[in-house]
Amino acid sequence: MDFNFTEEQQLLADTVQRFVREQYSFEERRAILTSSEGWSRDIWRELAGLGLTALNIPEEHGGLNAGPVETMLVMNALGQGLLLEPFLSAAVIAPALLTRLPGAVATQLLPATAAGERIVVLAHQEPNTRGELNIVTVRAERSGDSYVLEGQKCVVAHGGAADELLITARTSGKLGDTDGISVFRVEPGTDGVTVKSYGTIDGQRAADIKLAKVKVPASSLLGAEGKAYPAVEAAHQIGISAICAEAVGIMKAVNAATLDYTKSRKQFGQPIGKFQVLQHRMADMFIQTEQATSMSYLAAIKCLDPDPLERRRALSAAKVVVGQAGRFVGQQAVQLHGGMGMTDELSVSHYFKRLTSIDLTFGDTDFHTQQFVAASAG
Amino acid sequence: MDLTFTPDEQAFRDEVREFLATQLPADIARKVKSGLALHADDYTRWQKILHKRGWAAPNWPKQFGGTGWGPVELHIYDEEAAGAGAPRTIPFGLKMVAPVIMAFGNPAQQQRFLPRILSGEDWWCQGYSEPGAGSDLASLKTRAERHGDHYIVNGQKTWNTLGQYANWIFCLVRTDPNAPKQQQGISFLLIDMKTPGITVRPIITMDGAHEVNEVWLENVKVPVENRIGEENKGWTYAKFLLGHERTNIAGVGASKRELGRLKAIARQEMKNGRPLSEDPIFAARIAQVEIDLMALEITNLRALSAESEKRAPGPEASILKIKGTEIQQALSELMMYAVGPYALPFERASLEEGDLRSVAGPEYAAPLAATYCNFRKVTIYGGSNEIQRNIISQMILGL
Repeated sequence: MDFNFTEEQQLLADTVQRFVREQYSFEERRAILTSSEGWSRDIWRELAGLGLTALNIPEEHGGLNAGPVETMLVMNALGQGLLLEPFLSAAVIAPALLTRLPGAVATQLLPATAAGERIVVLAHQEPNTRGELNIVTVRAERSGDSYVLEGQKCVVAHGGAADELLITARTSGKLGDTDGISVFRVEPGTDGVTVKSYGTIDGQRAADIKLAKVKVPASSLLGAEGKAYPAVEAAHQIGISAICAEAVGIMKAVNAATLDYTKSRKQFGQPIGKFQVLQHRMADMFIQTEQATSMSYLAAIKCLDPDPLERRRALSAAKVVVGQAGRFVGQQAVQLHGGMGMTDELSVSHYFKRLTSIDLTFGDTDFHTQQFVAASAG
Repeated sequence: MDLTFTPDEQAFRDEVREFLATQLPADIARKVKSGLALHADDYTRWQKILHKRGWAAPNWPKQFGGTGWGPVELHIYDEEAAGAGAPRTIPFGLKMVAPVIMAFGNPAQQQRFLPRILSGEDWWCQGYSEPGAGSDLASLKTRAERHGDHYIVNGQKTWNTLGQYANWIFCLVRTDPNAPKQQQGISFLLIDMKTPGITVRPIITMDGAHEVNEVWLENVKVPVENRIGEENKGWTYAKFLLGHERTNIAGVGASKRELGRLKAIARQEMKNGRPLSEDPIFAARIAQVEIDLMALEITNLRALSAESEKRAPGPEASILKIKGTEIQQALSELMMYAVGPYALPFERASLEEGDLRSVAGPEYAAPLAATYCNFRKVTIYGGSNEIQRNIISQMILGL
């Protein structure tokens, strides 16, 4: 039993925290937020320069071969900064998928990802899937030396920023089967691909992707046909572990902001933090954040567990605790800031919106409660 | 004990329903029912229609041009109007300053201001809160100095709702900074927004909306005749106003409409190939809010009944404020969760223009996250729910 970080891990955490503090202030973020792309390529190059785009990539592909604990520490810090760049999509989830579907495509994309030269994004979610990973209605039909893809993906985080899309499609089987799901590399400029990019409530970017008779060479298939589901699930679990860490970083930042505010804001002749009702509320915010931190640790440890049921149980449990804590902490942080908490001007509302959005990502609290029940039943 | 409506009350409900069916503009009702932003003109247009029918002021006595309705009529009207998608009443004139003018204004002020509130010609806004005076309103600092037949007002007000459309503002100002108690040196002034020295600056909220403002007052000259009641007695009038602010604070009618919208969304959204409304967890969440709302409806009717014997709502209104706002928030949250990831796409301009065709996902999803964000305000404004709990513990429980 050891909850300490290694010296190297601590150094990484310090580096990213310093980056956020010095180069990703709330004002700098606001300028990026209101830019037309909604994220910054300059910042992306900075992140690459710090080695963060190489973090989750094996050494043989030019990466640092770090693990989920390193990712957790990085996501804590990036969460505090409410990063708008596609780190989670392109530097955590896509590498997790690519390393699990080895072959020519992965060999080509992994070094480019590590160097920060190509942004690769997994497009998996579809309307009405509600977190279920085995529901894939996009179809890919083999036609000679090609596959033809047809269907729609929705609310793909940073889909519009992608140089390369990794699109899941059903090549065989029926709706809900885990068998028969394949992953294809598709360049967004390919005929028949429409990427509709938009802003989301939390200031991030997402996209709906329509595929109309999209013809890609057979060499675009990653791994074996119809066998991609375990890799897709593992990539999502690594994504859940990372987003839980992001949420924890946000909760810590928003608690600190709330504590500062209640110490400085005076009403009835004293700081409002002197009122017991607010003290208890903040004590509960702190407790929930600690519980979420614990589950974020568990998620980081368990997201690579070889036992699939153990993995599902732990990741769903973490998503539930983090979702509930994020909802409580975010809502109460706004409440305790009073009218100021409602404003776009203060960071607290931006933290609140991102926490809200995180609970709606990769399946919400209710979904993961049900997943936990299913995984516990075996 | 009887919860059934009399034939007269049933007939009244039919009359209200008929009026709404024929007179409520469809474009306004569509916006309300879809949770879209209303324009200032939408509110005024509806107010003028109500005025024509004599229903502009459901909460006013007949002598001032109100309906003189009793609690049951008010309840029926609220339920029908909200259900049909009628806009909420902008409360600052009708529900806040008007009762103060009726109770404490002089006949000249009553004749000058009340008819213009009724007709919708005047749009009032509120000058209560200040940056340093929120929950602790009596600590306000905006200063009014007497110079002959007028005051010179200097200070800053905040959380001024929709003041960008207002032509009048009612303000609490400090006329005696040396009074032994903070509450004793305050006066209540009515100020024409066109007076030189008034600047309205927008505060953008987290949903991107421009709903509240800061109002700066710099050497604003206000005639003494625009003071309500006596100098330095403004706190009495202010408290009276806050009592009336909580009239219909429960918002039962609007929450019933939103519950209907939630159910409609849950029927259209799918989970595991079945409507979400059939999912046991989600169905239980909807049921819990519906049950809370049933309890609130009856608590509200009990309060209305008791109120009809007094003039303003008592401290019991705090119960209605707390439960009413918690239910509003729960409904806005469940609608967002019902839709899931498609609640995230956000285009402020589309919500303002009322055209959702360009937003990704089903049209009903487009405003949900913004509304959820916006509704975090309801447990903060009008006396935060923490303050309401203080009122209950002090005024009712005697703690």
